[in-house]
Amino acid sequence: MSNLIAVAERQLLSPGGLATRDLDGVFARLMGPSIDAADLYFQHSRSESWVLEDGIVKDGSHSIEQGVGVRALSGEKAGFAYSDEIVLPALVEAAGSARAIAQAGANGVGKPLAIAASRALYAPVDPIDSLSNEAKIAVLREVDATCRAADPRVKQVIVSIAAALDTVLIAHSDGTLAADVRPLVRMNVQVIAEANGRRESGSSGGGGRYTFPELLENGRAHAFAREAVRAALVNLDAVPAPAGNMPVVLGPGWPGVLLHEAIGHGFEGDFNRKETSAFAGMLGERVAADGVTVVDDGTLAGRRGSLSIDDEGTPTNCTVLVENGVMKGYMQDKLNARLMGMRSTGNGRRESFAHLPMPRMTNTYMLPGERDPQEIIASVKRGLYAVNFGGGQVDITNGKFTFSASEAYLIEDGKVTRPVKGATLIGSGADVLKRVSMIGNDLRLDEGVGVCGKDGQSVPVGVGQPTLRIDGMTVGGTAA
Amino acid sequence: MNAIVTDKDTSSADLDRLATIAEDVVRLARAKGASEADAAASIDLGLAVGVRLGEVETVERTRDRGVSVTVYFGRRKGSANTADLDPKSIEQTVEHACAIARHTEEDPANGLADPALLATTFPELDLWHPWDITPEEAIRLGVEIEDAGRAYDPRIDNSDGASVQVGASLTAYANTLGFVGTERGTSHTLSVALIAENESGMQRDYWYDSVRRASDFASAASIGRKAAERTVARLGARRLSTRACPVLFVPEVARSFVGHFLSAVSGGSLYRRASFLVDHVGKPVFPAWMQIVERPHIPRGHGSTAFDSEGVATRDSDLVRDGVLARYILGSYSARKLGLKSTGNAGGVQNIVVQPGTDDLAAMLRRMGTGLLVTELMGQGVSLITGDYSRGASGFWVENGEIAYPVEEITIAGNLRDMYANVVAVGHDVDPRSHVLTGSILLERMTIAGE
Repeated sequence: MSNLIAVAERQLLSPGGLATRDLDGVFARLMGPSIDAADLYFQHSRSESWVLEDGIVKDGSHSIEQGVGVRALSGEKAGFAYSDEIVLPALVEAAGSARAIAQAGANGVGKPLAIAASRALYAPVDPIDSLSNEAKIAVLREVDATCRAADPRVKQVIVSIAAALDTVLIAHSDGTLAADVRPLVRMNVQVIAEANGRRESGSSGGGGRYTFPELLENGRAHAFAREAVRAALVNLDAVPAPAGNMPVVLGPGWPGVLLHEAIGHGFEGDFNRKETSAFAGMLGERVAADGVTVVDDGTLAGRRGSLSIDDEGTPTNCTVLVENGVMKGYMQDKLNARLMGMRSTGNGRRESFAHLPMPRMTNTYMLPGERDPQEIIASVKRGLYAVNFGGGQVDITNGKFTFSASEAYLIEDGKVTRPVKGATLIGSGADVLKRVSMIGNDLRLDEGVGVCGKDGQSVPVGVGQPTLRIDGMTVGGTAA
Repeated sequence: MNAIVTDKDTSSADLDRLATIAEDVVRLARAKGASEADAAASIDLGLAVGVRLGEVETVERTRDRGVSVTVYFGRRKGSANTADLDPKSIEQTVEHACAIARHTEEDPANGLADPALLATTFPELDLWHPWDITPEEAIRLGVEIEDAGRAYDPRIDNSDGASVQVGASLTAYANTLGFVGTERGTSHTLSVALIAENESGMQRDYWYDSVRRASDFASAASIGRKAAERTVARLGARRLSTRACPVLFVPEVARSFVGHFLSAVSGGSLYRRASFLVDHVGKPVFPAWMQIVERPHIPRGHGSTAFDSEGVATRDSDLVRDGVLARYILGSYSARKLGLKSTGNAGGVQNIVVQPGTDDLAAMLRRMGTGLLVTELMGQGVSLITGDYSRGASGFWVENGEIAYPVEEITIAGNLRDMYANVVAVGHDVDPRSHVLTGSILLERMTIAGE
C-alpha cells in the first residue's frame, strides 16, 4: 500500500510541486466550522482503444484526463468542486467553493492522515503498454479472420480493444490516506450475419483488471469471435417471441443483470436513507424465495467490477444483500452510512474526480443451488429460456424493472426448441425473486463487459448467477 | 474562468483563445508529418444545485476542458484527446495521435470534409445567454419548485429533490483546410422528482424544463405542480392483460420513437448495413401525409449550429417528404463509404422538426378512442438491424377517449418498420425541450404483454 501511495504521489502530486504532507493544510481550510467531513480525490487516467472494421484497423484513439475533486460534507449536504490542475492554488480555491455549502453545524476537525491498510486485487501495471501496438493490430486481425472463417454468412465484423489505467490518491478527513492503481482491459466483437435477405447481429466480449496478455490467454479472443458468430447465426433463425406471463429459465452468467436491476439498485444506501426505494425499511424481511442468497462482492481478484479500495479509500467487501431469501444489508458509502448509523461497505464509487461519489455496486451475484441446469429446463412445460441479455433498467421507487433478452429460446414440453427474437422482460423487484423456484449448481460470473449508469455516472460492474427458474415473468414479445 | 457567474462576460476572449489552441494543434500536427489534421478545443462551465425536502443537498461547480485532435497520414488515421490545455500536454497528445496513425491502415473513406461544403457564413443563432444566478438564488429557486410540488397533494410525502443546472459551453474547431470556427451556447435546466404514496404503494415521477435563456423557463410553480400531478396520477397503477391495441406516445416519449428512426438512417448504421432502413432513400417509410425536416438555425434551438463537427455548413433540408425518406444523415466518412456527399451531420443531427398536426393531447386521446397512453418507456429492447421493438412501458389505459386508470409493468412490442408505416396522427402538443421537436404520436396497433 505504501508503495502505491508513493506511485500515486509521483504521478499526481509531484508534477504540481505537491506532497501528501501539503494535504493537511488543504484540510485545515476545508474543515473549520460546520463541516462534518471532507475528502480529496486525485486521479490520473490514461486510456487507449483500437477498432477494426471492414477488415482493416481503421481507427485508434488515446486519451488523458486528470484532476482533483474536493468535497465538503455538512449533515446531508455536499459541496463539491474540482479542478483539472493539481496545484495548491487550484486546490485551495476548490476547497473554498466546496465548503461554502455549510452555514451552520458541528465544528469538525480533520484527523491526521494515516496510510490505510488494504490488500491488492490486481497488479499496478499499465495495460496499455502490456502489448506492442503491432501485436494489438495482429490480435484484431486474427479475431476478424476467425469470425469470417467461421461462416460464410458473416458479412461484417467489428472488433475493438480498449485499455485504461487509473491512478487515484484519496485523502479523507477521517484520517484515511489511500492509493490505488487500477488497470482495466476489454475486447468487444460484433458480427453481422446475412442470409436470405435477413440480417442479424451477435456480439461477445470480456475483460477485467489485468493486462492484454492475460486477456488473451487460452485463446479467449478467438472464443469471443466464435461466440459472436454463433449468436448472430442463432438470431437468423429466430421466430417472434411470445407475449405474456410465463415461466422463465435464465441461463448462468450475464443474465445476472436480473439481480442488478431487480434488487441491486434498490439496496443502495442513498435510496434507503431517503426512503425512496421499494425496499426501504425491509431489512430482516423476506424479499426472495428460500435458498436465494445474493452478495455484492468487490473482492474478487481481477474482476471488472472489483476494487482493492473504493473511491473513498474503504477496502471493498463481500456484502450479503439477501441471505436465504431474507434482506440482510445495504451497500453503503461513507456519507449514507454515517447518516444511517452504519458502516461503509466499501461501495462508495464515482465515475471520475469530476463526479460526486455515491453507493454503487461492484460484482453482484447469486450463490449456486443444487439443481442440474438440464433438470430446470426439463421442469418447464411452456416457457422462455433466456441465455443472453442487453441492458436493463429499474424504477427503484415502484420496483419495476426491465431487462432485454438478446438470445432466447422457447421451452416446449421440457425441451429447448426454437430461438426467438429479442424481447424485453418486465417484473417487480419486490416479488420476482420470491418466484425463484429452482436454483442451478452452475454459478457463473459474466465475461467482464458491464457498465452501470446512475445519476449520469458510469462505472464498470460485474454480475453473475446460476441457472434459475422463475415461475412467471412477463415476456414482451409480439406472438400471442 | 472558475465560475460561470462573472462580472464581465469573457466568452469572446475565451473563444479566441480556444481558436488559437485549435489552430496551433493542427499546425503542430502538420509539423509532425500529418498530411491533414483537425482539432477541437472546448470549455464547459456549470453550476448544479440540488435541494431535497426544503434543504440544499449538493452544490457542484463544474469546469471541463478538452482538446481533441485527429491526424491523417494519407488515408491512415489516429486520434487523441486530453483534458489538459498546457502546451506540453497538447504536444504529447498530438504525438499520441501520430503514433496511432502509424499503425492504423489505409481507409479510402478517411479524411477531412469536402472543402466546397465548409461553412463560410455564420448566422447569429442567439444561443448565448449566461445565467447570472448565485448558488443561494439557485437554492431558493429549487426549494420553490419542490415546495410547489409537495404542496400540491397530501399524498406527495417524499421527494427525490429538485435541481437547478446552469451550463455554458465554448468550442473552437480548426482543420488544415484553413477552416476555423467557434461557437458558444448556454443551456439551463430546472427539474424535480417527487414521490407519492398510498395504500397501493409508492410512485415516483418528475418534470423538467430546459432552455437556452433562463427567461424562457416555465414558472417554478408550474414545474413543481406538473411533477406532482404526474406522480399522484400513477398511484394505484394496474397491469393489463396481454392484448393488441392502439398506442399513443406523449411527446417526450414520441421523441425516442423518432430518435430510433434518426439512428436507423444515420451513416454509421447504413454503411455497416446494420439498419432495417438500408437502401430506403426514395422509398416510403411513414404515411404520405408525414413530413420531417431538419432546421439547424432555429434561434435558441437546442440543436442549433452553423457548422457540424467537421466544419460543414448546416442548412434546412427535408428528411422525410410526403412520407418518403428524402436523404440519409451523413458526415464525410459515412458519406464516402456510401458514395454520397456529407449532409452536414458529422456529430449528429441538429434540430429535427416533425410537422405537427392539429390535435392537442385531449383530441389525440379521443382520436385513439380505446387504447394505451404511454408516458414512460424502460429498457433498451430496440434492434436497429431488424427494427424489432420491445420495451417496458407505463402510462394510462384510455377508454372512449378518456383516461380510465394508470398502468405499469407491461411491455409494448412491434417492429419499427410497421410502427413507422402505421402512424395514425401527430399531435400539435410539441415538446420544446429538446432538439427533436415532435408532438404526441398515435400508432395503429402494438402488442401489449402483461398478466
